Amino acid sequence: MLKKKYDVIVIGAGPAGLAAAIEAKKTGAQDVLVIERAQELGGILQQCIHNGFGLQTFKKDLTGPTYAQRFIDELAGLHVDTLLDAMALNVTSERHVYVTSQSSGFVELDTRALVLAMGCRERTRAQIALPGTRPAGVYTAGTAQRFVNIEGFMPGKCFVILGSGDIGMIMARRLTFEGAKVERVLEIMPFLTGLTRNYVQCLLDYDIPLQLHHTVKRIIGNDRVEAIESVQIDEHRQPMPGTEETIPCDTLLLSVGLIPENELSRKAGVALDPVTGGPFVDEEMQTSVPGIFAAGNVVHVYDLVDWVTQAGLLCGRNAAQYAITARKHDGRRVRMKAGENVRYVIPHILDKESLAESAQLLQMRVTLPIEAPVWVEVMNGEERVTRKAELYVRPGEMVNIDLPQSAYDAVQRASELSVRVVRR
Amino acid sequence: MADKKYDVIIIGAGVVGSMVARFLSRYKLDILLIEKDSDIGMGASSANTAIIHAGYDPKPGTLKAEMNVVGNQMFDQLAGELNFTFERRGDYVVAIGQEEFGKLESLRQQGLENGVPGMVILNGADVRRREPNINPEVSGALWATTGGICDPFGVVIAAAENAVVNGVTLMTDTAFQDFIMDGKRIVGIKTNRGDFMSRWVVNSAGMYSDMVMHKAGLRPEFKITPRKGEYYVFDKAEITINNVLFPVPSATSKGILVTTTVHGNTIIGPNALEIDDKEDRSITREGLDEIWQGAVNLVPSLSLRYSIAEFAGLRPGGNAPCANPDVKYNKDFIIEIPKEVEGLVNLGGIESPGLSSSPAIAVRVVELLKGAGENLEEKPDWNPIRKARPRFRDMLPIEQKLLIENDLSYGRVICRCENVTEGEIVAEIHAPIPARTYDAIKRRTWLGTGRCQGGFDTPRVVEILARELGVSPLEITKKGKGSEFLVRPTKDKEVE
Amino acid sequence: MTQEQKKLICITCPRGCALVVTVEGETVIKTEGNSCKRGVDYATGELKDPRRMVTTTVRVKGGVHPLAPVYTESPIPKPRIFDLLAEVRKIELTAPVKFGDVVIENVLGTGINVLASRNIPAKSETS
Repeated sequence: MLKKKYDVIVIGAGPAGLAAAIEAKKTGAQDVLVIERAQELGGILQQCIHNGFGLQTFKKDLTGPTYAQRFIDELAGLHVDTLLDAMALNVTSERHVYVTSQSSGFVELDTRALVLAMGCRERTRAQIALPGTRPAGVYTAGTAQRFVNIEGFMPGKCFVILGSGDIGMIMARRLTFEGAKVERVLEIMPFLTGLTRNYVQCLLDYDIPLQLHHTVKRIIGNDRVEAIESVQIDEHRQPMPGTEETIPCDTLLLSVGLIPENELSRKAGVALDPVTGGPFVDEEMQTSVPGIFAAGNVVHVYDLVDWVTQAGLLCGRNAAQYAITARKHDGRRVRMKAGENVRYVIPHILDKESLAESAQLLQMRVTLPIEAPVWVEVMNGEERVTRKAELYVRPGEMVNIDLPQSAYDAVQRASELSVRVVRR
Repeated sequence: MADKKYDVIIIGAGVVGSMVARFLSRYKLDILLIEKDSDIGMGASSANTAIIHAGYDPKPGTLKAEMNVVGNQMFDQLAGELNFTFERRGDYVVAIGQEEFGKLESLRQQGLENGVPGMVILNGADVRRREPNINPEVSGALWATTGGICDPFGVVIAAAENAVVNGVTLMTDTAFQDFIMDGKRIVGIKTNRGDFMSRWVVNSAGMYSDMVMHKAGLRPEFKITPRKGEYYVFDKAEITINNVLFPVPSATSKGILVTTTVHGNTIIGPNALEIDDKEDRSITREGLDEIWQGAVNLVPSLSLRYSIAEFAGLRPGGNAPCANPDVKYNKDFIIEIPKEVEGLVNLGGIESPGLSSSPAIAVRVVELLKGAGENLEEKPDWNPIRKARPRFRDMLPIEQKLLIENDLSYGRVICRCENVTEGEIVAEIHAPIPARTYDAIKRRTWLGTGRCQGGFDTPRVVEILARELGVSPLEITKKGKGSEFLVRPTKDKEVE
Repeated sequence: MTQEQKKLICITCPRGCALVVTVEGETVIKTEGNSCKRGVDYATGELKDPRRMVTTTVRVKGGVHPLAPVYTESPIPKPRIFDLLAEVRKIELTAPVKFGDVVIENVLGTGINVLASRNIPAKSETS
């Protein structure tokens, strides 16, 4: 039975939401509720049946459902309320939540702390303005994954995949396993956007050709996809005339990026970062609206689920503490800025006192790959606060650096810190 | 089937055919409305700019001008009776720079000649106040207060549904092939689904209206040329233009608009590219670039980053000279009972402003039939009202709550971006004109039109359609046979 | 015996070093391009007995979903992957399925079991 008021409500039961709910409960929040739009817990992990999850968290190579199952089982033992097959329609900045579901109808709930963990959505053909007809047979990789792995149906027989993101490559292997033909993977960038590991074990292993610097020029077919026309792209991202090739296929899968899902955040008045598409967060994962926290892909798109879990735990702990003590920041904060070859840094804002308690993890993505040794440097103007060596950086892999407790004094002097990635 | 004889067969269930069916359904007539596609309104009627034009644009003296102005004025009553979304919020023809400002007055004069009420010329400052996002070089605008926006497919389905409820028979997937003649008299039509006999046939075949009239031996020189118009749709959370903004028109086109829709999205377009293929609704890089250039001239702050959809529609452009020989114009509507044959109401070249004109055209068809000696007797039980079905996202929380209390299936949200519920989908599948495909549900409920473009709802809608229609998910299509979503079970044993 | 060079990409960690491995028959003579020792191990294993963990699905009767995800308990020889998939295609489980249930024991005589990745509860009569 649902209560009218909760200590912590978590919206979304993917890896971030599950971790947040578990940690909120363990931190001492009495009444915790998880709202999930699917009919079961686990989020997108349930359709990610491949392995490669949990190497950081559990030091084991787990499948997505197995990784999820561990958290689902833990949650079950903690007396956390769950509302499944439910949609949070609206959230106010005072943390009044409107939810609807077939099982419980239309309900209004209040919560002391709210965790936004809605994850992300896939970019569509429309967002990349893919020309051509609009037939059946154009799917985002995730939608196809759901059909194949959960619903039990194949969305096509012969595929072209646009985008070398991880989901695209993993689907290439998955479809091959189920007897489909994957003609090609096209990538508009001059480099792989997913992990190299997936290139080897999903594409190379099954002789699926990858063409970098290529994209889909147009989709052909009125009712169902009949072919796509591919084209090579030059250095300025312009199609090169004369390089067009018609590739017969009945399905085009798109793996062209993920966007944090923040419609509810917006309704709650949470300020969003145009670069990440997610909320501005501080080191507690608190957003610009007091008492509203955010974790996981809703903040920025992660590369590994383990980091999502970690963010969820951090967020759940702080949400619970907020619910219990309603503690506030004293306002002495430093802004984190993206410097050379850095797209963004999470958290966006850091409490100057946070270093008194522990080192703070900074996470970022680079703009361009550097296949050579680099420094990741945290700067206060011209003064270097800390740095870390990396052997290489790639946009597909997040970069992490700890801001150590020893940086406490340097941080007190700063109003803004920037992070840059430069060649060694 | 051939022994049944209809009074009227209407070829084509676009907005014109549906509107004719609705206005004729008032009389004691046995009416058959046929549509070649799997659903009604899939042609020009549903992929357009969704504007009910004021009527200052068409050349004075043409049928386009007359029908537009009369049709426009019918929309308030019609929207009230048929419960489609229509907002008479006015439109603006925006002049950028002084040279364009001079053209506004001649446009206003043309409007006055056409009988358009309520036109005002605003100065640049006035326009900026009303639309802060406008190009700062705006010099003024013609404000036509009678302009409006609507849900164009909503108009088609409302009219057709009201017709069906009032006794009209609708057959989809039924394509006209030829006329059955008795000398000069049309007595029926041949279709892919057999012959149907009738005393009258209405040609409202839109893109194919030339082909239909040629089969009757009429107007051999008349030709429909598809004119493609492409559009961008923007995320309503990111870009909000609250007005209907036209550029100053060119000789050939009303130009590229920046306009709001009744669903709250801003759209830009269309371009106007003459093509040969009557089914080619593909979007092109060049076309998108063209509309983008046009749109940023009106609203420079637009950003393609927030585009969530692109689509193309085809306008059936005709080449019929104006019936009045004093008016030099050769792209007019055809609305006639031709003398060469008997039993045909011939409509053709109904391109823009066809949607705005459609109720006036329907009334004109009724008048033409009366003039031809039809003794149209009103049905005592004709019901002009078509009730709207609940639209969850447009409701207040308290209304949503009551709706769900009454039927829990309205509590299950299937489309997360547009908040469309299972209850709404099921209602459309079992409506008087049932939605049997994904796109049919999309056109009716606006599901799948948001940011994720169906990524989330597609598997769920396929499941609901299969369940409600009692078929396998493998049989569910996007837009009719040949557009199935799925090809086989994942674990098909046949896989080698 | 003649020496021959083979190109591999190491997948031990996300870095993905491009390895050039010199072999003589079955014997690895030299591995180059690796950033750490694990690259050498990878090259040796990959050339002698390449293995992959395989994840797929199996049909379930009466479950909340028609399929259950499954995985091989440890990596299986690469050449046997499609044989394994064919074996899995023949199977139909009955719900409820429990996480860790053995779906196929000693698949293809490899000594490796195929296990269920998650619980698939039975579909309740009421829903």
